[in-house]
Amino acid sequence: MTEIVAPEGWTCPAPLRHHDRVVLGHGGGGRLSADLIEHLLLPAYGSAAAADLPDAAVVHAATDRLAFSTDAYVVRPLYFPGGSIADLAVNGTINDLAMRGARPSALSVSLILEEGLPLATLARVADDLGRAARAAGVDVVTGDTKVVGKGQADEVFIITTGVGEIPDGVDIGPLRATPGDLVVVSGPIGAHGVAVLSEREGLTFGTDLVSDTAPLHEMVAAMLAVAGDDLHVLRDPTRGGLAASLCEIAATARVGVEIDERAVPVPDQVAAACSMLGLDPMHVANEGRLVAMVAPARAQAVVDAMRSLADGADACVIGQVTDDPRARVVVRTPLGVARIVDRPMGEQLPRIC
Amino acid sequence: MKYLDEYRDPEAARRLLDEIEAITTGSWRIMEVCGGQTHSIIRNGIDRVLPGRIELVHGPGCPVCVTPLGVIDMALDIAARPEVTFCSFGDMLRVPGSELDLFGVRSQGGDVRVVYSPLDAVELARANPDRQVVFFAIGFETTAPANAMAVHEAARLGLTNFSVLVSHVLVPPAIEAIAGADTTTVDGFLAAGHVCAVMGTRQYEPLVERYGVPIVVTGFEPLDVLDGIRRVVGQLERGEAKVENAYARVVGVDGNPAAQQMLAEVFEPCDRRWRGIGTIPASGWRLADRFRSFDAEARFDVGARDRPESGRCRSGEVLLGVIRPDECPAFGTECTPLTPLGATMVSSEGACAAYHQYRPAMPTP
Repeated sequence: MTEIVAPEGWTCPAPLRHHDRVVLGHGGGGRLSADLIEHLLLPAYGSAAAADLPDAAVVHAATDRLAFSTDAYVVRPLYFPGGSIADLAVNGTINDLAMRGARPSALSVSLILEEGLPLATLARVADDLGRAARAAGVDVVTGDTKVVGKGQADEVFIITTGVGEIPDGVDIGPLRATPGDLVVVSGPIGAHGVAVLSEREGLTFGTDLVSDTAPLHEMVAAMLAVAGDDLHVLRDPTRGGLAASLCEIAATARVGVEIDERAVPVPDQVAAACSMLGLDPMHVANEGRLVAMVAPARAQAVVDAMRSLADGADACVIGQVTDDPRARVVVRTPLGVARIVDRPMGEQLPRIC
Repeated sequence: MKYLDEYRDPEAARRLLDEIEAITTGSWRIMEVCGGQTHSIIRNGIDRVLPGRIELVHGPGCPVCVTPLGVIDMALDIAARPEVTFCSFGDMLRVPGSELDLFGVRSQGGDVRVVYSPLDAVELARANPDRQVVFFAIGFETTAPANAMAVHEAARLGLTNFSVLVSHVLVPPAIEAIAGADTTTVDGFLAAGHVCAVMGTRQYEPLVERYGVPIVVTGFEPLDVLDGIRRVVGQLERGEAKVENAYARVVGVDGNPAAQQMLAEVFEPCDRRWRGIGTIPASGWRLADRFRSFDAEARFDVGARDRPESGRCRSGEVLLGVIRPDECPAFGTECTPLTPLGATMVSSEGACAAYHQYRPAMPTP
């Protein structure tokens, strides 16, 4: 039997418009949603936003092939030294496109908001999304906003999707890894993972370490300009770190990779934090680094091109691709011993002592 | 932080290796007690560049590995209770109990959290008076002072919603159990530098006298480990057995008196069961009478239990240096870090995990 609720117990399903927190109605597609887009998201995205963020955008393409990528961002905390979830959401998807050699041309941004999120927090995240998109020179052309009940999401989840044009003649992918190719990294590894860990867990070490989050498409363009078809493989070593990227490439192309441990740039603070927590810097996430495999004749030119950019100032060769059908990634230790590198486990678990 | 590089210098390592090579005439089995040293050895390939006559044997110095199954099961029981917020160091979360692990408890709705300091757990208890906050206090003499401090602080604050599940273990009784066993094949020991930083080096004098084995206090970087090995081999070749300190930049003879005083106040010695090894007399700490009200075991009435280990896991033999991890039939097949049979495959300091991470069994092409 249905229980009849007395009229004084009724609640209005459309909450007040002038609220300082996200309410379910903000995702309902009605006036509150329109308000949110018009008064919060569009101003925040600024010149990077298409006029009214239509449900479907029309994107013009000047090349035959498009790169297409999507990623979901659920990072906690939303803000960490050197960046925010918004930087990761924009740069991460741009980088996924760039790792195929593509020039990013458009992004979509979908937001999943937790009921009760302060609108001020959302405004800050949206401002950062806009700033990151403008900095990268890529427009937000469409998007969606949904609100879920309190406790059903963690503040803000962001899903970005991007398309990019792959210039004619560019063919970058793991299958092109060729024995003899030199392995290049664009800079010191591990800063992002350690910065997020230290912020999330309130650790006191490395407090001046900041995330390396950055868009990499300009760097890729500079590399392609000097290497052309000799640039074989690109990968951004995010979750799982450099080790996971190298293992995936090796397994896909059925080649080996040999890395000189002393050549891998690891910031002192990352090394110290990893030493303390029992983590391997090669397993720690990066958000603004890339690893490339380049035909040896062009490797120096590629490194020079990367070094001419601020984000690539410490680019260097760390190893080479070898002929190994067992697809092993080995690290040559300072003692000259080869050690096999494997993908990390699912979660990095700091050790006890 | 310059000093990490300084203790990883390949030329200095080469000089130490040459010296070890030059002085070695006999065949020696040297045990590194600490899991941190095991990882440094395997990660850097130290065991592969030593003269063939020197064999490194991995010891029981991984606190996660030696925590007995019964205690893990107690932890799982407590963590599953609705009123409990269970706090632990990260690498305990994947250690298998009889049926599941702490990750499993968390996925079933248990409030299980990773903390980096037991004082964070005290703070959680203070901030959440309606929750029972339990900290899993395991580890050697290195982690014990902070755990003692947490209990002390909780007492000072008068917290009635904080408790610790204690399974502390001590290094010297473990060395004694190994050195004194009839079947022992270990000729000398590298003692764990960080433990000695707390407890000092005097505890090892009686062991050296009683069992005639060299014990060298050793650090964790490649050069530290090589220097420790060089000193043990030197003593063995000269027929000596004494306590030496190869980690003097961190360890003093007396250790840390303030930490020791805190330990003496909060804990008292007890017999302790070691996973895979068995009970070693006076090899652990439990809460002293004055702090017994903070004992989670009593508060939640979970009673000690004695669960049989998996018959297929040979971690006991690994922990005693009887077999190498890759000599276990389950290694890399049935037992992997994703599907561990024993704790030595879980902890970042476990010998099986070290072998699996750095020397995995590779698929054939």
